Amino acid sequence: MTIPDQFFFERYGLAARDLEKYLAAALSAGGDYADLYFEHHYSSGITLDESLIKSASQGISAGCGVRVISGERTGYAYTDDLAPERILRAARTAAMIASGPAKQPIADLKQSPLRSDLYPVVSSPAADAGVAQKLELVLRADRAARAYDPRIFQVRASYAEETRRILVVGSDGSIATDLQPLARFNVFCIAKDESGSARGSAGGGGRVAQDYFLTEKTPEHFAKEAARQAIIQLGAQDAPAGEMPVVLGPGWPGILLHEAIGHGLEADFNRKQTSAFTGLVGRRVASEKCTVVDNGTLPSRRGSINVDDEGSPTQNTVLIENGILKGYLADKLSSKLMGIADTGNGRRESYEHIPMPRMTNTYMLAGDDAPEDIIRSVERGIYAANFGGGQVDITNGKFVFSASEAYLIEDGHVTAPLKNCTLIGNGPDVLTRVSMVGNDLKLDEGVGTCGKDGQSVPVGVGIPTIKVDWITVGGTAKG
Amino acid sequence: MPIDLKQLATDVVKRAMAGGAAAAECVVRQGDEFSSVVRLGQVETLKESGGRSMGLRIFFHANGGGEGGFRAASTHTSDFSKEGVEQMISGALALAKITSADPHSGLPAAGEFGQLSGDLALYYDDVYSLPTEERIAQARRAEQAAMSADPRISNSEGGSFDAATGNKILANSLGFVGEYRRSYCSLSAVPIAQQDGAMQRDFWYSVARTLAKLDSPESVGKTAAARTLRRLGARKVPTARVPVVFEPMVARSLIENIFEAVNGDSIYRGASFLAGRLGEQVAGENVNVIDDGTIPGGFGTSPFDGEGVPTRRTVVIERGVLKSYLLNTYTARKLGLATTGNASRGLAGTPGIGVGNFFLEAGDKTAEAIIREVPDGLYVTEFLGFGVNLVTGDFSRGASGLWIRNGELAFPVEEITVAGNLRDMFRNITAIGSDLEFRGAVAAPTIRIDGLTVAGE
Repeated sequence: MTIPDQFFFERYGLAARDLEKYLAAALSAGGDYADLYFEHHYSSGITLDESLIKSASQGISAGCGVRVISGERTGYAYTDDLAPERILRAARTAAMIASGPAKQPIADLKQSPLRSDLYPVVSSPAADAGVAQKLELVLRADRAARAYDPRIFQVRASYAEETRRILVVGSDGSIATDLQPLARFNVFCIAKDESGSARGSAGGGGRVAQDYFLTEKTPEHFAKEAARQAIIQLGAQDAPAGEMPVVLGPGWPGILLHEAIGHGLEADFNRKQTSAFTGLVGRRVASEKCTVVDNGTLPSRRGSINVDDEGSPTQNTVLIENGILKGYLADKLSSKLMGIADTGNGRRESYEHIPMPRMTNTYMLAGDDAPEDIIRSVERGIYAANFGGGQVDITNGKFVFSASEAYLIEDGHVTAPLKNCTLIGNGPDVLTRVSMVGNDLKLDEGVGTCGKDGQSVPVGVGIPTIKVDWITVGGTAKG
Repeated sequence: MPIDLKQLATDVVKRAMAGGAAAAECVVRQGDEFSSVVRLGQVETLKESGGRSMGLRIFFHANGGGEGGFRAASTHTSDFSKEGVEQMISGALALAKITSADPHSGLPAAGEFGQLSGDLALYYDDVYSLPTEERIAQARRAEQAAMSADPRISNSEGGSFDAATGNKILANSLGFVGEYRRSYCSLSAVPIAQQDGAMQRDFWYSVARTLAKLDSPESVGKTAAARTLRRLGARKVPTARVPVVFEPMVARSLIENIFEAVNGDSIYRGASFLAGRLGEQVAGENVNVIDDGTIPGGFGTSPFDGEGVPTRRTVVIERGVLKSYLLNTYTARKLGLATTGNASRGLAGTPGIGVGNFFLEAGDKTAEAIIREVPDGLYVTEFLGFGVNLVTGDFSRGASGLWIRNGELAFPVEEITVAGNLRDMFRNITAIGSDLEFRGAVAAPTIRIDGLTVAGE
């Protein structure tokens, strides 16, 4: 057995035979499967506010979670102390979910077939590594946002990075390691004039090294974008209320797919038949112009991972192909209980959490329409260029997402900027009303964090410009 | 081996000071959790564990002294080994060299520290007194009560029983040392009902600091079932401007928007529609909003805040007039005011602002009476999404609930939004219910607001 990353063995004195001992303890009361999840998480951040570096922080959390699966049951326990007796105790606690004769884990650990090339190898930086450069990044953002327009009167810029090392060992003999970097830059602005105040924000990053913010997406890029949004909002008028055509711009508006489609296709909800998409595989859930995938294998993206948190390689999974629902996002438990393929979507927030099916990067493939033609086709409606967060009730399928930058479309032209408003629709049918799909697929800049059952994980979304023939727009003005 | 966590926190502060810090503050948290989910009668998950973590915040005098103020940094760790703690301290000392001097930064003044005395009724060891089998039985009974309420309830996301305890220690270089423990237990049920091929899900729960105050599993399950069943057959309604009644579960989220808008961080940045409005009429004369971190047994009660300042009762809005923001030491200094004891201390970073027990004072009408007065309007039982802009007050959120016709709840509605502006909404609260009940740190009774736009068909 060769384990590519010796970190946990060297740092915590783990030995391969200990892993077998822990797994045996986890299966001491029976159970179909057990796994150990070791995690070491280093994070650091710096925040500029009112042109001052007001805070700098860093932290470490590390621990081991032990899971035991017995039929549809899951037992879970964790420890933040990696001493052998503590891990054994967690294993014995998790074992209590099962009741039967002890089982033996497969002793011959085999490394899962792994990819390890999706992102740069970033070692856990020392406290002062790259600090001068981080300072310069946030200071540059402050200058750029203020230079954009004299009406910008508050700027907050932050840079945060983390490295997460994982070691996942399963009682089926699988073993996997990964080292996952994640960096994010954020700028928040407030603009003010005699008419009032408005906010704007922008951010991005991914599984990248710090240099990304010098060469690819610079502090000036994010600062100008945040300032631009705030200035536009200063003159915004009330959004209309009611059903109307909506054109979504490319990129982050793909959050529509995440809320309307993605969550409802997570296998756990479909196994339990609690999703509005239950039983719809093979059926039409979107217009034939729509093909939607969840792809965890895109290099450097925020939602990408070499292996998921169960040690399975991530994949490019087709969810909807030319309008027909193709399948679900699965983890090991749903894969086994439903008899479907494990798509490598078993993710968890940390060692304290039980893995479940989660999205990675969810996006719609490009179509043939020119974005200008799409806008020109709308007599009266709205053009939504950017969004805040969203939410879905997976059981009745209703979902919302909130437009943070939107405009009226009048006679085929984008006109007045609109105040923030929420769009609400029904997941299983909203995409059937997608009548045009642009040729301009764009992925978001790396800002997404998805919450489910109290667990947060980084995700990505993307979409080309699309036209939805109608959806309910939650403004206050007459439609 | 048990470690004396108070001693540990005090030692960490001393070592940071020995390393050259001008001031230091250490927080230590330790907690245990148990959770069980029963679905369709069978145990689905059991989780039992505990953990601890520690955070350090340090201050250095500004270089040269001329600028005044401090440079600050913070670090945290879950590694309580000698090396882990050492790394946390040295990391903070190194980081503080790079931050800016801020004249408003620093610990509270010496005279501001303290803690409430007496029993705040925050900790009861009975939350862990039940054997595991009995905890599972409680979860099973809650689900069963929901499932057996009506044949249309055909599925479930389960019943659950959770318990947790935690203690928090805070120590600083000005001599403050405090510790408190809190306990928590909860029961919930999430049934799914089906009719004409469409599914609806809702839930109910009970939460308490002691098992003795937890509702029975049967009552939790029955309420969950009733809430789910009343959603069956929901439809869209035409776009209209109508009176909207918010049940306590959603009214509380509107009241939470007031908290966010009086949060000192938003105020000094000008990021709130209530910034600069102290002493002004910001809501109707019937509106009184209070934050009280001292209520015995409260979900937002603690003997001291995240900086070691005693919690207190603060009148935020009195007869519609904005009387006070909610502040920690930093935001108070920025605004030239005194802290209100609302510092909330996470492990990392600068303290934020948190609620004590934050609530809209009850009125004198029953919820039924409020609904009875509405000829044609909406009763909101759930919000979906986060469409609130605190800078402008613009409000637009997804909603579901029931349509009110001639003073009666007539039929369920969904796939609609409710929109307006918070500035107007708090002035247009035309009725306040008597049904104030704390189910968390923020609470509100039933309220009616006029002038909102309901967007649908």
